[in-house]
Amino acid sequence: MEEDIDTRKINNSFLRDHSYATEADIISTVEFNHTGELLATGDKGGRVVIFQREQESKNQLHRRGEYNVYSTFQSHEPEFDYLKSLEIEEKINKIRWLPQQNAAYFLLSTNDKTVKLWKVSERDKRPEGYNLKDEDGRLRDPATITTLRVPVLRPMDLMVEATPRRVFANAHTYHINSISVNSDYETYMSADDLRINLWNFEITNQSFNIVDIKPANMEELTEVITAAEFHPLHCNTFVYSSSKGTIRLCDMRASALCDRHTKFFEEPEDPSNRSFFSEIISSISDVKFSHSGRYIMTRDYLTVKVWDLNMENRPIETYQVHDYLRSKLCSLYENDCIFDKFECVWNGSDSVIMTGSYNNFFRMFDRNTKRDVTLEASRENSKPRAILKPRKVCVGGKRRKDEISVDSLDFSKKILHTAWHPSENIIAVAATNNLYIFQDKVN
Amino acid sequence: MEVLFKLTSQMETDDREGNRMWEEDSSPKHLLDTMFARGIKRKCFDGEEDIEGTLAGFKSVPSYNLQRQSLLDMSLVKLQLCHMLVEPNLCRSVLIANTVRQIQEEMTQDGTWQVINAQNTGQASLDRLVSSDILCRSTKEQGEGKLVPSYSSFSKDFEDIQSQDIISDLSTVASVQAPRNPQSNVWEMENPQENRGNFQKSLDQIFETLENKNPNSVEDLFSDVDNSYYDLDTVLTGMMSNTKMGHCDVLESFSSQTTTNSNSNCKSDINELDHIVEILVES
Repeated sequence: MEEDIDTRKINNSFLRDHSYATEADIISTVEFNHTGELLATGDKGGRVVIFQREQESKNQLHRRGEYNVYSTFQSHEPEFDYLKSLEIEEKINKIRWLPQQNAAYFLLSTNDKTVKLWKVSERDKRPEGYNLKDEDGRLRDPATITTLRVPVLRPMDLMVEATPRRVFANAHTYHINSISVNSDYETYMSADDLRINLWNFEITNQSFNIVDIKPANMEELTEVITAAEFHPLHCNTFVYSSSKGTIRLCDMRASALCDRHTKFFEEPEDPSNRSFFSEIISSISDVKFSHSGRYIMTRDYLTVKVWDLNMENRPIETYQVHDYLRSKLCSLYENDCIFDKFECVWNGSDSVIMTGSYNNFFRMFDRNTKRDVTLEASRENSKPRAILKPRKVCVGGKRRKDEISVDSLDFSKKILHTAWHPSENIIAVAATNNLYIFQDKVN
Repeated sequence: MEVLFKLTSQMETDDREGNRMWEEDSSPKHLLDTMFARGIKRKCFDGEEDIEGTLAGFKSVPSYNLQRQSLLDMSLVKLQLCHMLVEPNLCRSVLIANTVRQIQEEMTQDGTWQVINAQNTGQASLDRLVSSDILCRSTKEQGEGKLVPSYSSFSKDFEDIQSQDIISDLSTVASVQAPRNPQSNVWEMENPQENRGNFQKSLDQIFETLENKNPNSVEDLFSDVDNSYYDLDTVLTGMMSNTKMGHCDVLESFSSQTTTNSNSNCKSDINELDHIVEILVES
């Protein structure tokens, strides 16, 4: 597992260098596209910023391609629901890329209520020499036209434009927490707290409801959907996780409404660890299929678990992210940190998994060697191009030099969103309003 | 309730230890956490010396019951603070509500489920406590006057009978299976079955009442635009930062602060809702 990681930070060309965090700049989602050439981030202010990797030049072999801002656009605006007297946040909850099929790039972005399909395309040529209008666009007096000419395309400065191609609205009563593009590339699903809908990309005024766990009597509500994802290879299979720590795998061929699961994954509770917070910390905040489709990874408050799809009664691997917090659950409940939703990601070969923690720490677990490392995403503690130093949290009284005690952790600095390049060892880590990109050290 | 550390969002730095952002209570640290993590139950005490020991011990180590009660109160407050401009997180609300149910079930099983004597009203005060704290609309009918007295009497009585509570707990533990006799204090013991029904009813009231008003979803619980709850948030945050405050002081100041704010705003919000409904009906 690579412990030598070269750091590269994206905050010189784009992000403001203020000492306080503007709320609207808080990054709420990070996602690489299928080739890793593009990296999209969504923020609390409803904006999407796309970074593109520079082409590697043969002259500078030691400099790997850097990511620079490619396009910025406002995806969602704040809305007001007049009937309920409630605001609908413009915060981007998730971004998912579609595989590239032509020169343009397509991505789905969603807030709590509405999913949008955006087309991001380049324009580097411009037609010149119109007959009826001049270069400024003003109409020419036809009487002054004596000859006709054919307009020609001339190169211009690269312009990247984003246009909303589809808006999928009014299908969710509750807050959308996940979107997932199907492997057929024709459909996708959107999941809220109680329902999952299946969409066709071409049809915006209809969607199929495939999961509905809303009880007839809302008093009986004890469980909600927390995340959902399509199988990477089988277009009929998807999973969704719940606030009770369970995962259900469903097959859409079985019935139109997939309320009855095909497989049910749940680990029996450890009675020695039982407390009033057991259920809360078992709530799954993220579920991700491995690239192979053979495994799923789930993140709950204190652990990351890897499950084999063929074994439902317990995970095959469990990794402790920050077990030192187990004795602090009451305080974390009090300040609401216990409800933080951390995401988790696989690397391209499914051999390493990564997830975030507090104090701007993030953790990586090598599934083969069983080694793990804690790293920090912070400007103060790492210079550009410096190798990241592993961090350690100490629990007991004796604190070694360079270790941080549990009580000194900053719980306002949480890394909820991370992404891993699909084939290379490049990771993107969102720390509040800053985006960090780390790459493998070259030679 | 023990306050262990405060969360600051500003970039304060403490020179003592790196980027330390927490202020800690110097008195017993993280007791709530320790107690809960280990799931320590009440100990069974036999003799008087043990009671004394407990009382002395109480000063440094809160009893399990007190811990549990604190957690229950905290949870109820959290549910109430969901009245915001933006629809609150349903997952969070469901998890908190489940925690409340869990505590209630355990307290019912233990037989320690205690209800305030409703001061001649005959209505279970805990019902009122739960429902009035959470259901802004239901208290409108009951009259705001009831909100403050019941809550502050709850906290005041709790303060008064802290030590008595311990004693009653001890005798409770001693005869775990049999139904208990009412103690000579403000707390009135009720049949556990009844308690279960009462509390369940209260919790269901949260959802039910709002089902009737807005037959849509649990989220309608939070559909009132009520700016006073921003104040509550500030109030509570402000209270949390005062590390010296005890459990009851927190509750008392909470109730006194909200008296003027929440009541009037609740009323106006309900009128606003009616107004909107009127408009819709007419159109």
